[in-house]
Amino acid sequence: MTTAPAAVAATAVGAPAEAPKSIGDTILEVENITLSFGGVTALVEVSFEIREHEILAIIGPNGAGKSSMLNVINGFYHPQQGQITYKGKTRSRMRPHDAAAQGIARTFQNIALFRGMSTLDNIMTGRLLKMKRNLLWQALYVGPAKREELEHRAFAERIIDFLEIQAIRKTPVGRLPYGLQKRVELGRALAAEPDLLLLDEPMAGMNVEEKEDMCRFVLDVNDEFGTTIALIEHDMGVVMDISDRVIVLDYGRKIADGPPDVVRADQIVIDAYLGVPHEE
Amino acid sequence: MGFLNDMLVAPFLDIASEPIFFIEVVVGGLSAGVMYSLVALGFVLIFKASGVFNFAQGVLALFAALTLVGIMEWGVPIPIALMMTAGVMVALAFAIERLVLRPLVNQEHIILFMSTIGLAFFLEGLGDTLWGSNVKRLDIGIPDSPFEVGGVLMNEFELVAAATAASLVAVLAVFFHYTRIGRALRAVADDHQAALSVGIPLKTIWIIVWSVAGIVALVAGIMWGSKSGVQFSLSLIALKALPVLILGGFTSVPGAIVGGLIIGVGEKIAEIYWGPALGGAIEGWFAYMLALVFLVFRPQGLFGERIIERV
Repeated sequence: MTTAPAAVAATAVGAPAEAPKSIGDTILEVENITLSFGGVTALVEVSFEIREHEILAIIGPNGAGKSSMLNVINGFYHPQQGQITYKGKTRSRMRPHDAAAQGIARTFQNIALFRGMSTLDNIMTGRLLKMKRNLLWQALYVGPAKREELEHRAFAERIIDFLEIQAIRKTPVGRLPYGLQKRVELGRALAAEPDLLLLDEPMAGMNVEEKEDMCRFVLDVNDEFGTTIALIEHDMGVVMDISDRVIVLDYGRKIADGPPDVVRADQIVIDAYLGVPHEE
Repeated sequence: MGFLNDMLVAPFLDIASEPIFFIEVVVGGLSAGVMYSLVALGFVLIFKASGVFNFAQGVLALFAALTLVGIMEWGVPIPIALMMTAGVMVALAFAIERLVLRPLVNQEHIILFMSTIGLAFFLEGLGDTLWGSNVKRLDIGIPDSPFEVGGVLMNEFELVAAATAASLVAVLAVFFHYTRIGRALRAVADDHQAALSVGIPLKTIWIIVWSVAGIVALVAGIMWGSKSGVQFSLSLIALKALPVLILGGFTSVPGAIVGGLIIGVGEKIAEIYWGPALGGAIEGWFAYMLALVFLVFRPQGLFGERIIERV
């Protein structure tokens, strides 16, 4: 545990990635997921897989079930039907704690940061699971526990450098502008050194410059950490630019799945976005 | 003029003319303050972990004291009775997590607060049903004889109370301030969903915090119970803890202690030296008045976190 963060971070700080990205095996597969709340059905028999090292975009009109899908993957929602296979283990539902412990980190559509804490502390919470579990040492804050805290602190600082938020390190996040809060939230997710990163509208509400920055960070994370990323995004320009594959949801059903250009040209997708004339 | 003289001059002349008596007043105030602090500590713990004022904290102290007395009445030796009561408080923490908190994950703070009001009524009724509503004597052998230091009269009980509070604070401050747990606590208080997403086990955190709060309540219950008997008015001392928290800051363990001491000393001094001018019974409202002043000029308290709101 002590050497891995350093190695990963070293590549993040500057050294170019040694190998070009290669999309690998399936890391997560959802099969026939059906989710409903009372009488409202949010997802209907949705199946797809996420492959290692890819950037997968999930798109669709408002209310299509995109966020619900992410919530199913990290265990906030429990689907009535279907199964999820993550890292070779199949289960009918995830639990948030297990998901986090197994390397799934995420951000939220409506930013869920710890508003009273500083940027640094927020990012440090992302490392809670990486810390060893000896409460006694932790309580005494001597010897190994202190050293451990310092190591994790160093890792958090590397993330802060990587995301270019050094200047707001000590600022309570509640005081930051929206775009920076989104960036801090990404930092907290990265602090967990995730294998699978779920981003719920990482660029919503940003101006062009902030969007460009965020795109760059997402691509860098993917390139240099090799992190698999599944993101929800409404900005089609962004989606077409950065994703390797696109899934389209509409009224809780998957209506398309493929490379960006193919999906963009798909008549069903165009109809879902633009609507179709009624036929008598 | 007479009134101004009574307010601004006479009290200080009294203090200067009898310094030993003044020190005794201060010592008396400190010992009362320690008792307030003990109750306030329990509030701080829960507030840190859930951002919620736990209305049931006073009742928790009453319930703990009642349980201890009840178990001792069976003829169980004191150390074993203490451990059994601590066990009951931990079991209570598990029950509260399972039955009250878990169904309310990700709800507004105000809803959690309402649930603690319900909890307070429930525990009061439960204590009444299990152990009866008579005033009970609690004697676990804390020495209680007066002695004199340099002409100042003191009481052994006060020293024990102060030592107890000091050691509690030392342990809690270290445990919650310098550890991973501390950061996890603040995270849970801020946002349940985000805390879950970084893998903080909400359940475990809540059980730990409510267990610790239960045991702090037990300590407070023992001290108050030994001093003035175990009775249902004990749950009302929770009200005195509120100004203590406003003074010290809701999120600060040292703040609970300092706030308690300031209020304890302040109300004793006010009562004795300013009481005649203001018509007495100042002890009853002094704490709340001080809290009001703090709310106006320093709402986060002496040691609390700054309240930040982006508009």
